[in-house]
Amino acid sequence: MSFELQASLRARNFDMSLSLGDGETVAILGPNGAGKSTLLGVISGLLRPDSGAANIGGRHLFNLDAGTRHWSPPHLRGTALLAQEALLFPHLNALDNVAFGPRSAGASKTAARESAKLWLAEVDAANLANRKPAQLSGGQAQRVAVARALAAEPELLLLDEPMAALDIHAAPLLRRVLKRVLKDRKAIIVTHDVLDAYMLADRVIVVEKGRIAEEGPTRQVLERPRSHFAAGLAGLNLVTGTISEEGITTPDGRVFAGQHDPGWPPLPGQAGVAAFPPSSVSVFLGDVHGSPRNSFAVTITDLEPHGDQIRVRAGGPSQALSADITPAASADLGLVPGMEVRFVVKSALVSVYPA
Amino acid sequence: MKSATGYQGIPRWIYAIAAVGGLLVVLPLAAMLAKVNWPQFIPLVTSESSLAALGLSLRTSAASTVLCIVLGVPLALVLARGEFPGQRLLRSFVLLPLVLPPVVGGIALLYTFGRQGLLGKSLEVAGIQIAFSTTAVVLAQTFVALPFLVVSLEGALRSAGNRFEAVAATLGARPTTVLRRVTLPLVLPGLASGAVLSFARSLGEFGATLTFAGSLEGVTRTLPLEIYLQRETDADAAVALSLVLVAVAVAVVGLSYGRRRSSTPSEVQA
Repeated sequence: MSFELQASLRARNFDMSLSLGDGETVAILGPNGAGKSTLLGVISGLLRPDSGAANIGGRHLFNLDAGTRHWSPPHLRGTALLAQEALLFPHLNALDNVAFGPRSAGASKTAARESAKLWLAEVDAANLANRKPAQLSGGQAQRVAVARALAAEPELLLLDEPMAALDIHAAPLLRRVLKRVLKDRKAIIVTHDVLDAYMLADRVIVVEKGRIAEEGPTRQVLERPRSHFAAGLAGLNLVTGTISEEGITTPDGRVFAGQHDPGWPPLPGQAGVAAFPPSSVSVFLGDVHGSPRNSFAVTITDLEPHGDQIRVRAGGPSQALSADITPAASADLGLVPGMEVRFVVKSALVSVYPA
Repeated sequence: MKSATGYQGIPRWIYAIAAVGGLLVVLPLAAMLAKVNWPQFIPLVTSESSLAALGLSLRTSAASTVLCIVLGVPLALVLARGEFPGQRLLRSFVLLPLVLPPVVGGIALLYTFGRQGLLGKSLEVAGIQIAFSTTAVVLAQTFVALPFLVVSLEGALRSAGNRFEAVAATLGARPTTVLRRVTLPLVLPGLASGAVLSFARSLGEFGATLTFAGSLEGVTRTLPLEIYLQRETDADAAVALSLVLVAVAVAVVGLSYGRRRSSTPSEVQA
């Protein structure tokens, strides 16, 4: 059974359409305010769009198009929502929290608790059954919340940055649990974290400003990003322009020479992007001798530590670039923000492909 | 909570004024206590009329507290969570009895449920008389006590937010189930303290009761009315009964605040 959605909500400048195949997990990536949580709100029925329609396996969640005003309330949708915070009901112990969904669906108290025990075991939390939420750590509470969402047997599981509020030690365990339970399950996971996308999702959708900026298999989006956000997640510089024989020509006339992706034969004139890691960029003062290719005058905007390197950010006339250099090199060159330098990009490390 | 550093930042002269304020409340109570005729205390408070008034007060206050809960919980819910035109107006009207002189409330009730009143005429035809009955006492008390429950519960509902309710709904719970299993348990401390305050206000109700229900022994003469009546004839009895009311009030306030402190809403764990 597949899931399809098309919805727009003008007040939040939101307009997206997406679909999920059976058993598919999709990661939604995007900057803050891009409309990720709005998307989950619309699917779960907590937010009402101006227009659009959504269905799971042909069953309408809502249909506000063509004069119909069909709107299912949240409790009839089968779309359990797991938020950043566990939001376990504080007056119920872990077991009864998990039993809440089955109980609401009409199961007897005993039957609901039996199934709750199974789901708690599924998330490695069977030993926490009798604890009140106040007695659970953040990671434990979030695992119980996962069990609670699964126990409701949703047709589509919605996860809104489930790892974001966890400390660095609790996240890996929850990520392993999620990897196990999301397998063969229809789910949408909103995340900031590229690791979540790699580990949990079959497909990635990058959203920006209420629209879908790009989508594709996780690996492809992160290795061949077309949006600045995805490039940032993958740790790559991204330059947009038109494809030329040599590489990419930016709108302001700069040429980034690079290697055409063998999978995409170059079509000169087509819109394309050049992606390259900051480590492929060197920084020079003054004029550069030798190959003048891929040498660009830039103004440094920021310097910041990045691993054992210094990341040098520079704003070009239109597109920001970064370079990673050693602290020693940075000190030798005496780099400070505001300085005019030249960035030289190794063309062998620049990938060029259509946008 | 006291600050751990020991610095309070309160000017000394504030303490002086605060002491005057405290005395304004405590001194009259002490003065009354000094006037209590202790040897006669037990006979005075256990006289037939006293016991009748006390019993009536407790019964009617309990009834009006139940009525406040039944009517006040839905009111607080629609005021805190609902969205409809006239919501602010409704809130203002519900809170009006807080600032209205009770005697005015009594007159308003009389022109509603009295024999010549708005609803009273039809009720009269149906053979139901409300004014000057025990029912009238309960209605008068509910009228003045309802805002206490609504204010207390609305505050609790607002500070609890509705995130738990949203999660419960996506887990498949119908709105009624959400209310019963999530919302009400979450705001139980607020509901309890609101109910205690309503009970206390009902117990002390005088003006509206006298105007709308009169002062018929065993039927409408509640403890405050009995005290006012006794003051004319037997000051010792009035003082002794006042002390009983003070004791009940202290117990109620203690219960309310003790409960509030011991059951602060559980911290939401991230």
